[in-house]
Amino acid sequence: MSGGPPKGLPSTGPHSLLDMPHPLAGSSSEEAVGGDSTPSPDLLMARSFGDKDLILPNGGTPAGTSSPASSSSLLNRLQLDDDIDGETRDLFVTVDDPKKHVCTMETYITYRITTKSTRVEFDLPEYSVRRRYQDFDWLRNKLEESQPTHLIPPLPEKFVVKGVVDRFSEEFVETRRKALDKFLKRITDHPVLSFNEHFNVFLTAKDLNAYKRQGMALLSRVGESVKHVTGGYKLRSRPLEFAAIGDYLDTFALKLGTIDRIAQRIIKEEIEYLVELREYGPVYSTWSALEGELAEPLEGVSACIGNCSTALEELTDDMTEDFLPVLREYILYSDSMKSVLKKRDQVQAEYEAKLEAVALRKEDRPKVPADVEKCQDRMECFNADLKADMERWQSNKRQDFRQLLMGMADRNIQYYEKCLMAWESIIPLLQEKPEANGSPLVFIPWWSL
Amino acid sequence: MEQAPPDLERQWQPATLEPLGHTDAGLQAAVGEEAEGSRDEVPGDGTEHALGLGVLMTENNFGLKKIEISVSEAEKRTGRNAMNMQETYTAYLIETRSVEHTDGQSVLTDSLWRRYSEFELLRNYLLVYYPHIVVPPLPEKRAEFVWHKLSADNMDPDFVERRRIGLENFLLRVASHPILCRDKIFYLFLTQEGNWKETVNETGFQLKADSRLKALNATFRVKNPDKRFTELKHYSDELQSVISHLLRVRARVADRLYGVYKVHGNYGRVFSEWSAIEKEMGDGLQSAGHHMDVYASSIDDILEDEEHYADQLKEYLFYAEALRAVCRKHELMQYDLEMAAQDLASKKQQCEELATGTVRTFSLKGMTTKLFGQETPEQREARIKVLEEQINEGEQQLKSKNLEGREFVKNAWADIERFKEQKNHDLKEALISYAVMQISMCKKGIQVWTNAKECFSKM
Repeated sequence: MSGGPPKGLPSTGPHSLLDMPHPLAGSSSEEAVGGDSTPSPDLLMARSFGDKDLILPNGGTPAGTSSPASSSSLLNRLQLDDDIDGETRDLFVTVDDPKKHVCTMETYITYRITTKSTRVEFDLPEYSVRRRYQDFDWLRNKLEESQPTHLIPPLPEKFVVKGVVDRFSEEFVETRRKALDKFLKRITDHPVLSFNEHFNVFLTAKDLNAYKRQGMALLSRVGESVKHVTGGYKLRSRPLEFAAIGDYLDTFALKLGTIDRIAQRIIKEEIEYLVELREYGPVYSTWSALEGELAEPLEGVSACIGNCSTALEELTDDMTEDFLPVLREYILYSDSMKSVLKKRDQVQAEYEAKLEAVALRKEDRPKVPADVEKCQDRMECFNADLKADMERWQSNKRQDFRQLLMGMADRNIQYYEKCLMAWESIIPLLQEKPEANGSPLVFIPWWSL
Repeated sequence: MEQAPPDLERQWQPATLEPLGHTDAGLQAAVGEEAEGSRDEVPGDGTEHALGLGVLMTENNFGLKKIEISVSEAEKRTGRNAMNMQETYTAYLIETRSVEHTDGQSVLTDSLWRRYSEFELLRNYLLVYYPHIVVPPLPEKRAEFVWHKLSADNMDPDFVERRRIGLENFLLRVASHPILCRDKIFYLFLTQEGNWKETVNETGFQLKADSRLKALNATFRVKNPDKRFTELKHYSDELQSVISHLLRVRARVADRLYGVYKVHGNYGRVFSEWSAIEKEMGDGLQSAGHHMDVYASSIDDILEDEEHYADQLKEYLFYAEALRAVCRKHELMQYDLEMAAQDLASKKQQCEELATGTVRTFSLKGMTTKLFGQETPEQREARIKVLEEQINEGEQQLKSKNLEGREFVKNAWADIERFKEQKNHDLKEALISYAVMQISMCKKGIQVWTNAKECFSKM
């Protein structure tokens, strides 16, 4: 599903109800108002389903209403946010300053999380806390639990697959830091997830462990209910758009996997090329030592090849650190998205089953029972959230890949520019005429009897 | 002997093994002219070899005449060899043109076909008759230092093509050498197709060749070789070793570089497939993929050009062997001289002992004399006379060997200096052209990736 980005969808934070179109508003749908945010716990109680008018099947966009789908229109009206301009952000999160901690039991790295925000959810305008990977993992699980209808961004891999990699090496830590920063920024940009309570605590709490021990203090009711969907229902027919998303994700993951393999292969070949270059350059030096007039030119060529080798090493390091991890991240992303799609299928299946059960009961109750209604709500909620997230994801994906691939092209350009400079600079050296020495050929008698 | 003779016939006298005269003004007429006049002419022996258009200037009664030599074609042939078995070989067409100085038009004067073994024969002949000259080498007989994409097959068209160029280069080098260019056998090689092999063999040069064993023996036993030649020998050994190493690694580098470029071609395919499922990103991806294909296929031409550089290095790898041959000849002559001197000295001593009656050194004659009694005065007189004759002869021989040796050293060293200049010039040119190739490759790379970047930016 790659429709255009939702009109005016902000990169972060909800907007005033009146200004923002419904996140489900694609290029062809009617304008609808509604924010897209998870209600905070205390406001949740005030949420009512009374606002909805028509329940349209499977992700239809109710016109002019705030659907219960992902919005709490009530909440949005209560937001004190006054952003009219969609570009203004009110939450900034950064991950930096990795530090190694050595304890008796273990050694680990923590990262500093700096938060700046004007949102009411934050008591202070600025926070600075330290977190380790475990904490990010916890956060992600919590988000998955509490926001099951949304796509949660992926974390960098937990375990280092190749045993050779040093968990504490500068490169590894930096790569991880970048990925964690990306992770938090994606959440920050999400109009619903960024208001998640766990996220807030993660950013602000002095003692996160204490909070963790409290357990799941507050859950969204939607989350709770979706969480308890049991499997085992067979889906009748997947709506076209979700089927399309599924197909797209399948192919997308495949292509990404291929690109990952190609990129790895290229790096491998480049490293092998580098190994040979590192032997090649010095041979010119060896030769230079034998020669007179040619000594300088040969030495120059040797140095030149050395410079090209260094440039190549920089290229392969950059690609390994910056390119490959982002690819992998997107593969993980599409994996987690697929599982969310499955959950959606389950919710739909449950609803259809219950609906069928009611129909079969042949009761002459015209009213649809409450629990079937709840199921329907759940499903529609899910569908809407998912659609919105998919569109946002598509838009971000486009940007991310544009950046990633342009970065790859840039690095290659820089590599060639470095080599070009090296070779151009020795041309004058090679063309230098030797100083004309006026010594004539002297014949020295070599034998005399 | 080497003065510029007025008629063509004498000009092509084959050189003999007698001591050669020094280079004189006459030779200047036979100096090869460089196609690119980038160097000043050094009087006497400044030969500048210009690849591609070797030109030979000869003097005759009709003014200066230029000759162009080219190996223009290669053809696969089958024939019967000495053992009447069918064989396949490649024949090369050698065309000689003379250029009238006045109007610059070239007229085809000779055209004949030769195979590689005939070139070898010519070179072996030159090696024997010009031991003081660093004789230009032939291109390799079998393909070596190949990176995997290149074929090691002698019949492979690329190999044949490179060999054709190498053979032309060889002829041009010989033609532009002040001394070698005047050789009659060389002239006949260019002009007389049939019977040339017999003519060469009739010179009996194979018999005159020094045996390898003799040369090896001399190398180990010579006591006082000219230090310059000893140093030169070391230099040529080292040069051979370093250029071999360089060529080997270069071949591996070429292999790896090939791999890097070709793998990028896979991006082309996958970007194309991916673009099929994308809406906005599709076009950018697709066109970027095309550039990746261009990138991947550009390596073939790049590496083909680099082979030319490898060939230039190979020529000097083989030249190192030619240098060593000159050193070997010097060692042989020097050893010969030392042996002759030693022999003379021992004869003189024998004579002295006979004359004075004292036996200072052990000799078989002395032994037998002691055992079987002394000889008669008449016998002694006879022996002294024989020895005196031998001593005389020996002194003459030693004198001429000494002269020969000096001449050899002088002429060899002159050619070595000429060779050094040529080598420095040629290798510098080779390095420059290599750098230019690298620059071109970098520029192409920048172009392709810039194009790809633009496509990505439109995604």
